[in-house]
Amino acid sequence: MKLHIKNGRIVDPASGKDGTGELLIADGVIAKEIGKADRVIDAKGLVVAPGFIDLAARLREPGFEYRATLESEIEAALAGGVTSLACPPDTDPPLDEPGLVDMLCRRALALSRARVYPVGALTMKLAGERLTEMAELAEAGCVAFSQANSPLADTQVLWRALQYAATFGFPVWLRAEDAWLGRGGVAHEGEVATRLGLPGIPAFAETIALATLLELARATRARLHVCRLSSAGGVELVRAAKREGLPVTCDVAVHHLHLSERDIGYFDSNCRLEPPLRSERDRDALALGLEDGTIDCACSDHTPVDDDGKHLPFAEAEPGATGLELLLPLTLKWGESRKLGIAKTLARITSDPARVLGVPSGLAPGAPADIAIFDPAATLRVSAEALKSQGKHTPFAGYELQGRVRYTLVGGHLVYEA
Amino acid sequence: MQRNPQLNANGELQHLLSIEGLPREVLLQILDTAESFAGVTEREVKKVPILRGKSVFNLFFEASTRTRTTFEIAAKRLSADVINLNIAVSSQSKGESLLDTVANLSAMQADIFVVRHGSSGAPYLIARHVKPHEHVINAGDGRHAHPTQGLLDLYTIRHYKKDFRALRVAIVGDVLHSRVARSLIHGLTTLGAPEVRVIGPQTLLPSGVESLGVRVHHDMRAGLKDCDVVVMLRLQSERMNGALLPSAQEFFKQYGLTLDKLSGAKPDAIVMHPGPMNRGVEIDSSVADGPHSVILPQVTFGIAVRMAVMSIVAGNR
Repeated sequence: MKLHIKNGRIVDPASGKDGTGELLIADGVIAKEIGKADRVIDAKGLVVAPGFIDLAARLREPGFEYRATLESEIEAALAGGVTSLACPPDTDPPLDEPGLVDMLCRRALALSRARVYPVGALTMKLAGERLTEMAELAEAGCVAFSQANSPLADTQVLWRALQYAATFGFPVWLRAEDAWLGRGGVAHEGEVATRLGLPGIPAFAETIALATLLELARATRARLHVCRLSSAGGVELVRAAKREGLPVTCDVAVHHLHLSERDIGYFDSNCRLEPPLRSERDRDALALGLEDGTIDCACSDHTPVDDDGKHLPFAEAEPGATGLELLLPLTLKWGESRKLGIAKTLARITSDPARVLGVPSGLAPGAPADIAIFDPAATLRVSAEALKSQGKHTPFAGYELQGRVRYTLVGGHLVYEA
Repeated sequence: MQRNPQLNANGELQHLLSIEGLPREVLLQILDTAESFAGVTEREVKKVPILRGKSVFNLFFEASTRTRTTFEIAAKRLSADVINLNIAVSSQSKGESLLDTVANLSAMQADIFVVRHGSSGAPYLIARHVKPHEHVINAGDGRHAHPTQGLLDLYTIRHYKKDFRALRVAIVGDVLHSRVARSLIHGLTTLGAPEVRVIGPQTLLPSGVESLGVRVHHDMRAGLKDCDVVVMLRLQSERMNGALLPSAQEFFKQYGLTLDKLSGAKPDAIVMHPGPMNRGVEIDSSVADGPHSVILPQVTFGIAVRMAVMSIVAGNR
């Protein structure tokens, strides 16, 4: 299929290019010339950007199909302009053996929609005791290894796991949360948890674990990516590590750029998230860290949870929120509040996560035609009906957000149109 | 921020979920109403027909004897029909969800749900899902709130001390896990008590507790100095030996209320305890049974306060 996208505002964060123009696509890649187009898309008033890359989207397969399926969540991804996504290993069973990864990759490939990059389990069953067969898992398609939201308590195992991964150059993606300090906690240890009588997770549960991770990365030279930073202290530690030249990268969940513990209000279980929403000071430090590049990218941390999982008292509710379809509007909202240009804003969900993932991103001729075309001024009123994801729960329910995807292309195929 | 879910559009009490956020007038209305009911409980025929034909469901997801019983007595004195459900051993163990349980009871024509739950915020969840004519009264949720206990504490203090605006109140012990302490603190600050102190080791005080408007003391004697009211909190046995405290003995030595420690408070200080007491852990028998103790009157006042709360919410739509 040959496509001609005209009159759009072409924004390519990889090259910094931003201007009205046209984009030609043939044979799945961006082309200089295509001859006669099969289809012409008039993108007047729309932004044409590389497809978004989400480093954390749970597709809930295998094991949690009652919450969501590969089909439903990939549709949600495409509706959100997300063309590549990495899925964490906390499925049931976890992605700890090659057969499971292989099956997931085949299922995703058969759908031939978004590109799915499985992140393998670092330890068997994510139990933090025995290493997985990382080389085998990598061969099956894993791009990195992770513990998802199960902290690795035993630092001896953590050290060995990083050494082993470093041996083969496999990236390790870990959240920084001390297993003991975070135990039993459901909200940021602070004013709101004190008032509501909720068990807290102190910010130093993050900084202590992060200091350990950074020290082990120094010692093992493992390629460390820190997932879902949540505290000002965490941002400061990563900033110092980067200044020193440590090759560490990190991300933040897009919720944490806008919300704080106060949004829990009267026990709103939609705000039950992992890591927890912290203070306003932490939130502001995360927003600044993403701006100055301390934090490399924003991700949706998409976690579909069904009604049964959320219609529970706060502490018993399942953590997580739907996010794939909100990644763009919430990133735009962040960029606007920081007064950033659109190219710099979009870099955090395109070229920057691409760098972490080690995949191409950009609109130069020859690049894979993974493209999101969106209306930056159109309003999305967040509601269960407006979301394609099977996960309907989000702290942003009822918000009016700007930025709606009109077309999504993966490998030159038009896979979403609205 | 959402509207306070326990008030209706007219600012009246629709549910009682927490003392926090209740206007001073509402608190005083409850205390005054309770005072008018205190007479009823002393009459020979201890009944008024205010809730005749109404059904009160005692929904206890967590075991309780005293609170459940006083709610039951209060409802019966208002002529309501009372149904006690000890959910801790029934449907929840069969896997029924909290909201399903409530929906089923609602189908049986409930008017008031009195809810005790181990999880902070559970009564808020229920209140969001009940029908407009149904009322939820929180009888204790996790560490969050125990508003009727807080109100009966306020009632007791007012009974003995009259004016809140000249009082120094100390709350002693396991504030971290205490819904009673949180409710009382909000009540006292709303009613204008100038100085509320919390006394305990760091391990039993929630972080940033000062943000609730209290002063923190770690030294019991300094904390009790010149206090008008001393509220002792119950220390759960599972918290006595571990990472929070080394032993009940050491706790008693540091923070247990004895006549000697109490001598630093005002001579006419009153001593309160929400019960059940651990004698020899947080309070010495000589104090619990002594002249300063108002622990048993608290229980009696609790009935009038719960009658007041039920009659007020039932009158508001």
